[in-house]
Amino acid sequence: MAQHGVAQIWRRIRAIYNIEGNTCKTCDTYYFPPRPVCPTCRRKGVLEDHKFKGLGKIHTFAVVRQAPDDFKRQIPYVIAQVELDEGARVTAQIVNIDPEEVEIGMRVRACFRKITQAGTAGVIVYGYKFEPVLKVTGHSYP
Amino acid sequence: MVGIVGYGVYVPRYRIKTEEIAAVWGEDGPKLAKGLGVFEKSVPGPDEDVATISVEAARNAIKQGDIDPTDIGAVYVGSESHPYAVKPTGTIVAESIGCTHDITCADFEFACKAGTAAVQTCMGLVDSKMIKIGLAIGSDTAQGRPGDALEYSAAAGGAAFLIGKKKPVATIEETVSFTTDTPDFWRREGEDFPSHGARFTGEPAYFRHVGAGAKSLLKKTKTTVEDYDYFVFHMPNGKFPIAMGRQLGVPPEKLEDSLIVRQIGNTYSGSAMMGLARILDIADPDSKIFMVAYGSGAGSDAFSIKVEEEIESRRGEVPTMDDYIARKTYVSYAVYAKYRRKIVALG
Repeated sequence: MAQHGVAQIWRRIRAIYNIEGNTCKTCDTYYFPPRPVCPTCRRKGVLEDHKFKGLGKIHTFAVVRQAPDDFKRQIPYVIAQVELDEGARVTAQIVNIDPEEVEIGMRVRACFRKITQAGTAGVIVYGYKFEPVLKVTGHSYP
Repeated sequence: MVGIVGYGVYVPRYRIKTEEIAAVWGEDGPKLAKGLGVFEKSVPGPDEDVATISVEAARNAIKQGDIDPTDIGAVYVGSESHPYAVKPTGTIVAESIGCTHDITCADFEFACKAGTAAVQTCMGLVDSKMIKIGLAIGSDTAQGRPGDALEYSAAAGGAAFLIGKKKPVATIEETVSFTTDTPDFWRREGEDFPSHGARFTGEPAYFRHVGAGAKSLLKKTKTTVEDYDYFVFHMPNGKFPIAMGRQLGVPPEKLEDSLIVRQIGNTYSGSAMMGLARILDIADPDSKIFMVAYGSGAGSDAFSIKVEEEIESRRGEVPTMDDYIARKTYVSYAVYAKYRRKIVALG
């Protein structure tokens, strides 16, 4: 059976797998998702692709307790606005932490997760979510 | 010589205790855990599968090895729980780690040894100069039918190994395999859970194949058990690798460090490779490692590995096996059933 919307997902794969956006070299602003033109500099803007490091902090968040059917298995879960270190803000789920432990300002890093799937036969959409930065043996983490 | 130029692991955060599962089925939990040698197992989150686990492990491997992902020429993912029946998991992995599109890619399946089969394939491609670096992944979100013996051990996790020649953290000195048609464990197309031959999975399957693989490697390398510092055997439970070691005359202390199965269960295609990763995390340069992976159906891949000086400079870059083992949150059987899609009404 043909599934609609596959092309739309495919077009976004590069951006949502690796948080790839762009940056305007004229005003030093970072954009995610990538912009076709810099809204500040307009025709003077010089846009370049940029792969975000995937590190940032929680700007604000909400705990979702009433979820759409596709997400019922995950409730309660956290949706946050994450401010990336380069400056852009993205909306994403926060995983690998209990909702009551999430705080504004908390350092997070991007991880790779399943976002949604079109039933049991449809395409699976993967992309970024965020998790608390992980302690690494031998590292002095902030 | 061909070797491991970078490696990384990933274990999901959730754990369920053997006692918690045993209580549901009216079994004696502590006795069962001790008998199996599995005290808790990892459980994937509701949004985790073999693709996500493989990507996390691969990203760690690239960082650990300080590798340029555009140097990777092959991506092979070994698993028996690929998210798609038709569409390679490797395509998702390659795209998400920044590989070029000029690569070869395929999914491997050989029960619990699909990952080491991928390692051997990468070794051949690197040695024949067809590619510079190959990425071999063993990763699973293992299935166990509720109430079946497998439910106590079937876990989730993965390991990624970058195989190349330049500055390896460990060289692979030799590898051999042993393969027969032995139906000890299988899953038919369209079935949700695997079937197995109960006690038949022991002597004619695991012990015969791992033993034959090990003896064949010792013979080919003209070495003895004394020549190796660490041993890693596939870990379907905590009992089998120890019994295997005893049969081969391996001192228990040389096997002990690899037994991650006690804390995270059997990660199937990831099992032996994650045991090897644990050893690479702690081994001194010049240590020799003897690894035998086992896959039902059945076969074994044996490897003789030497740790190189380079490993010292690469430590502390990414989370170790122990870091992931320590990061855990226990869940009840009810939450486990919800996450593992065992509640049918939820869809």
